[in-house]
Amino acid sequence: MGAPDTTSRRTLRWQLATVTGIRDEAPGVRTFRLALQDVSAHLPGQYYVLRLTAEDGYTAQRSYSVASAPDGTATIELTVERLDDGEVSEFLHDVVVPGDILEVRGPVGGWFAWDGGSPALLVGGGSGMVPLAAMLRHARALGRPDLVRMLVSVRTPESLFYGDELTGPQVSVVHTRTAPDGATRPAGRLTIDDVAPLVRGGETAYVCGSPAFADAAAELLVEAGVAPESIRVEQFGPTG
Amino acid sequence: MPPVTRGFVGRRTRDKRLPPGQYDVGGQWPVLTAERAPHLDTSRWTFTIEGLVERETQWTWDEIRALPDERWDGDIHCVTTWTKFGMRFDGVSVDTLLDSARPRPEATHVVAHSHSGYTTNLPLADVTGGKAWVVWNAEGSPLTREHGGPARLLVPHLYFWKSVKWVAGLRVADHDEPGFWERNGYHDRGDPWSEQRFQGD
Repeated sequence: MGAPDTTSRRTLRWQLATVTGIRDEAPGVRTFRLALQDVSAHLPGQYYVLRLTAEDGYTAQRSYSVASAPDGTATIELTVERLDDGEVSEFLHDVVVPGDILEVRGPVGGWFAWDGGSPALLVGGGSGMVPLAAMLRHARALGRPDLVRMLVSVRTPESLFYGDELTGPQVSVVHTRTAPDGATRPAGRLTIDDVAPLVRGGETAYVCGSPAFADAAAELLVEAGVAPESIRVEQFGPTG
Repeated sequence: MPPVTRGFVGRRTRDKRLPPGQYDVGGQWPVLTAERAPHLDTSRWTFTIEGLVERETQWTWDEIRALPDERWDGDIHCVTTWTKFGMRFDGVSVDTLLDSARPRPEATHVVAHSHSGYTTNLPLADVTGGKAWVVWNAEGSPLTREHGGPARLLVPHLYFWKSVKWVAGLRVADHDEPGFWERNGYHDRGDPWSEQRFQGD
């Protein structure tokens, strides 16, 4: 890990955002479109903090990666997986409707972020594909899809979201439990054969997923020749 | 008070041990790192105190393990809002290490750094007086690689990004110098009870 390539020491203020749209992505996975008051262009890979407040002042906060690419408008999209007993994710899924006001601040995180200026290899497991989708969308919006290669690992075809966008020569999808009909690759965990063909040399690798996935994927990247210092990791979730 | 969110009730029981904005993660221990977890061999591991000290000092694994060890029991708090109650760590007090290196009178801060290049800044007062340790056991077992093994810094009264994994040493200075996350918008101190998460908090 070298020095961060972006510096962000400005104050992050809470602001109110209006929910303008809600979209189902997969079972238990929804995208919330938010209209912000303050435009602050994010870098793909950055996240926002969301704060809920009850009438007695009790608050809960969680961080969610931005799924959308910066498009010059004051809107962002957050994709949220509904977790069992997830205090905030259950509320977002079960209670929030368009027109509701939510409190957010961001964007946060300057390390796991891609500015669109250099080759990137994106490796995501499960909902780890969210910040990587922002990078893919940004690359396409810039007219530079060639800069990005994306490898997504999902359990079943149904658990892939943004499915209509995760196609084309930039994207490889690996299924770990159930492969789709007619797939040439049998279902199974990520291997060096999935990773090695995507490594071109000179790219920065962005790995996002559970700790077990991220650790395994980072090891495969090193085995495939990516320098450890060129691998950026964002992990979420518990360890055993 | 922040504006009320329509329909939000939240969890009705709140443990007094939880700082504001935190939740009890239960039996889990999340892993959050920005990099690949390095493979560190204890035969080559070192811990160094340098900078504004009377005597720059380096310990090998065997040397640091031979120092008087201490046990810490308590709660840890991550800026990403999880708190884990009732943790136990074994290691050596940073006081013991600094007593050997002897910071100069003008020293006010340290930069703690890892074997992989991660850095974080801390006031000297936050790592002295029985508030910080270099630890190698968690819950009675050797610290795993993903949690910073073979040894990490433990500064449990601050958010856990200050508790550097794979710790390599402290650089003592007469000024505050932001580290990795601090340059990326995180707070310079990180007190959970004051919710010092990001710059300006």
